[in-house]
Amino acid sequence: MRASGSVQGRARGGDSLLSVSARDTDWEGVRLHVITGKGGTGKTTVAAALALALASAGGKVLLMEVEGRQGIAQLFDCPPLPYEERRVAVAPGARGRAGGEVYALAADPESALIEYLEMFYNLRHAGRALTRLGVVDFATTIAPGLRDVLLTGKAAEATRRRVNGRPMYDAVVMDAPPTGRISRFLNVATEVSGLARMGPIRGHADTVQSVIRSPQTAVHFVTVLEEMPVQETLDGIAELRGLAEGGLQVGGIMINMVRPVALTDDQLAAAAAGTLDVHEIALGLKAAGIEDSFGRAGNLDLAGSLSAELTEHAIEALAQREQAGRLAEAGQPSYQLPLVTDGMDLAGLYRLATALVEQGAA
Amino acid sequence: MQAEPAPAEGQLGELEVRPPLLEVDRLLDDPRTRIIVCCGSGGVGKTTMAAALGLRAAERGRHVVVLTVDPARRLAQSMGLSSLDNTPRPVPLPDAAEQAGGSLHAMMLDMKRTFDEIVEAHSDPDRAAQILANPFYQSLSSSFAGTQEYMAMEKLGQLRRADEWDLIVVDTPPSRSALDFLDAPQRLSRFLDGRLIRLLTAPTRAGGRAYLKVVNAGIGMFTSVVTKVIGAQVLRDVQTFVAAFETMFGGFRERAEDTYKLLQTPGTAFLVIATPEPDALREASYFVERLSQDRMPLAGLILNRVHRSPAAHLSAARSLAAAEALQSSASTPTMRNDSGGDTAAGTLHPLAVTALRLHAERMQLAANERRLAQRFTTAHPGVPAVRIPAQPEDVHDLTGLRTIGESFAGR
Repeated sequence: MRASGSVQGRARGGDSLLSVSARDTDWEGVRLHVITGKGGTGKTTVAAALALALASAGGKVLLMEVEGRQGIAQLFDCPPLPYEERRVAVAPGARGRAGGEVYALAADPESALIEYLEMFYNLRHAGRALTRLGVVDFATTIAPGLRDVLLTGKAAEATRRRVNGRPMYDAVVMDAPPTGRISRFLNVATEVSGLARMGPIRGHADTVQSVIRSPQTAVHFVTVLEEMPVQETLDGIAELRGLAEGGLQVGGIMINMVRPVALTDDQLAAAAAGTLDVHEIALGLKAAGIEDSFGRAGNLDLAGSLSAELTEHAIEALAQREQAGRLAEAGQPSYQLPLVTDGMDLAGLYRLATALVEQGAA
Repeated sequence: MQAEPAPAEGQLGELEVRPPLLEVDRLLDDPRTRIIVCCGSGGVGKTTMAAALGLRAAERGRHVVVLTVDPARRLAQSMGLSSLDNTPRPVPLPDAAEQAGGSLHAMMLDMKRTFDEIVEAHSDPDRAAQILANPFYQSLSSSFAGTQEYMAMEKLGQLRRADEWDLIVVDTPPSRSALDFLDAPQRLSRFLDGRLIRLLTAPTRAGGRAYLKVVNAGIGMFTSVVTKVIGAQVLRDVQTFVAAFETMFGGFRERAEDTYKLLQTPGTAFLVIATPEPDALREASYFVERLSQDRMPLAGLILNRVHRSPAAHLSAARSLAAAEALQSSASTPTMRNDSGGDTAAGTLHPLAVTALRLHAERMQLAANERRLAQRFTTAHPGVPAVRIPAQPEDVHDLTGLRTIGESFAGR
């Protein structure tokens, strides 16, 4: 059973890392994790947290971005990344094992094309010249699917790469384009086939496709509990499932920036309806000695204001619960990532990574 | 014990630099304001702000059209928009607006449709059909990064030329960086005007022989690589596309430049939207700097989703201490809930404890937000700002938009 229903979802917050250690993760066997989500939901942050979480079991994880935003460098507070795999973090250990390492790569289609030309045709020189002429930019901009096949191709290559008979990376996490473009981005073979019915790029696309469509790849959706991101998530999942030949493996739903609900269900209903007992709150404030400072009228006023705050909290919580309910209908495992209020830094990333490990995502 | 001074903001209050108040109503009422551009990074509520501004202006007597890009379904429905159709539709308003003599239209941008229309308007039917069917055109018009921004600008220019409205409110595409709105159109026109396009189209022009020689060398290499990698058919498609499109290239750049100039005129007002979060404010900062560099008229900052408390005189520390006092006075130990926080169960005043804890969190959040906003104001002290309180729910009707509109009036 993977589907979860409530806002609390499958949270295993109470488990200690020790009790988790014996259990398999939900994505055993997946080596290429593709992360998508609506802009503003924290896609890059969650991708980085997942990379750290995966690396906490030891081994090497490659975190890859493809949109030229240098989001990873910002997150890890390092200089802009070149087209080169560099170590950006060491993960803390979990499950009784030493932590592994996270490498990062900022992939861009131009460099990927030059690399591709060199690898397969020994054409590095020509690639450079063509770049100067603007041909590479032109081709990767305008040819449908070429850009995408180069980027997904890079991810597939890193996933398959072997050193001394072993995979170079235990997992690859790709911070992919947003939900609106994801199925197109991943459906490379079909996109490219409109362009090239045969020939090397078609062959390349087929290889990439065989990795992306295999059980080794899962596409995770990052969302927050608001109407639009949730709608995009559901649309995106439906779209991936609807792709020809069995679709792509839909992964987990990462619910980001979750705030805990402070009220019981009965209190929630009363608060949302505005029928909370203000006098009960006032009595509590009095018992806490607040009436001594504010006086009786002030105390009652304050109780009214606090009750109004509870009402807002309840309306928000119920709206979020409604969205969580819609997500549950997708029938995918979901994971909750707490809202990090004091700015996202390495410490915040580790917190999110821990939440992912505790909930079985990695 | 004396009552605490309100608001309890500690040292921050003493140092706080207050930005000038952004007088939104004055901006909306000024007949010289013809275009309002809402910009900011993704997820800050640009579309909602654009809709709320449009509604408020209409209810104050302006004839307004709101150009939205990618609105949430419920927001679109609240304005009576059910699908993308690229045409301004009237939004039915209550009597108040009609009494003021205003009107509101709204539309959703369909970037592909807009692009197709430009093609159709600038070439004969045969050639237009040829372009529209070309795979490269289809790629360019639906997935080129920057097409959406270019088309938003194009549509803005069209609405302005139609001259049916006295105020156009524009929402900008949902990109991570607010700067994309200004950069992308030039990127597209630079691309269409680029060296390679000239190179590819050169053989069809009467160019000099020496030039042709260089060009042919370039094309020769291009041909051989493309043929190797993708196949010869692709190259033919590209050349067909370029040849068919060529007559329009110059036009593209001119249009982008015209709209850019339009944005620099005093009738335009840029409103930068941000939420009190580090990323959104950083983007807002970049954008403000860029606007001043490009001499674009910045009206001010709308700080959206600001948390306030109706009980700001009860500080976070005090509130938390009171909650703890109540809990320790209870005989049963407190329990912990799933999210790891203390629950109020087992105390004599569970509801009061929950309320006090929640209030403390809210005060802390508000203080954090103020600190972030302060940082922006310190860097840009002259930029007027207005704060819009966080709404507990997504806007789903005109009443919700009106509530936001009322907070534009400031306090």
